[in-house]
Amino acid sequence: MRPVAVTPDRLDLEPLLRLVADGGGHGAITSFVGTVRDNNVNRRVTHLEYEAYEPLAVKALEQIVDETVAQWPGIRIAVHHRIGRLAIGEASIIIACASAHRANAFAGCRYVIERVKQIVPIWKHEFFDGGEVWIEGATANPTDEAARLEAVRRACA
Amino acid sequence: MRVTVRLFARLRDIAGAPDLAREVPSGSTAADVWRTLVAEFPEMARYDSSISTAVNADYAKMTTALSDNDEIAFLPPVSGG
Repeated sequence: MRPVAVTPDRLDLEPLLRLVADGGGHGAITSFVGTVRDNNVNRRVTHLEYEAYEPLAVKALEQIVDETVAQWPGIRIAVHHRIGRLAIGEASIIIACASAHRANAFAGCRYVIERVKQIVPIWKHEFFDGGEVWIEGATANPTDEAARLEAVRRACA
Repeated sequence: MRVTVRLFARLRDIAGAPDLAREVPSGSTAADVWRTLVAEFPEMARYDSSISTAVNADYAKMTTALSDNDEIAFLPPVSGG
């Protein structure tokens, strides 16, 4: 089990929890599961299709893990993102985060999802009743320090 | 020199293909290739200020000079998670 992955396979949180729990020094493990919602800005969503620039997406996730460890030393992170067609309710991303204490475990988990939304080259194609649209969020700039600090701020809010 | 252009999401839809082989002048930058794409697909112009780029699967700046056989990717604003 790799700590970072982009995969068309169904996501399973349990192996990630085991991976970050390795060793006994952790007093807290948090997780985040992003799921496909059945509505978006008043549209009835039928399903999503995720597309990635896979080699760069994996590198970007690895960068995020490194940033998280630099910000909260001793933290252990695993993050898997799914691509392809996803039905309503399915998990698109799972994150597990282990730390000695709960504050850093919660912060690290939140930081990872905020950074994923900022820089990882993955795109969400939304299909809804009556049409489809590519969702476009942030311009990916992995060296934008202001964006990184905003993710830290949200993580610690 | 020859480069492979990788396109994603809406950009791929506009071009009608996930990758394009293009012959560009030696010394061309990522921005030069982008401008030729916009000339070919005017609908891409609205991404002028929001595009990111990667060369050989590493993030790069639009000012990056390309080499023969490079793979250059243009990334519209991302929406993972």
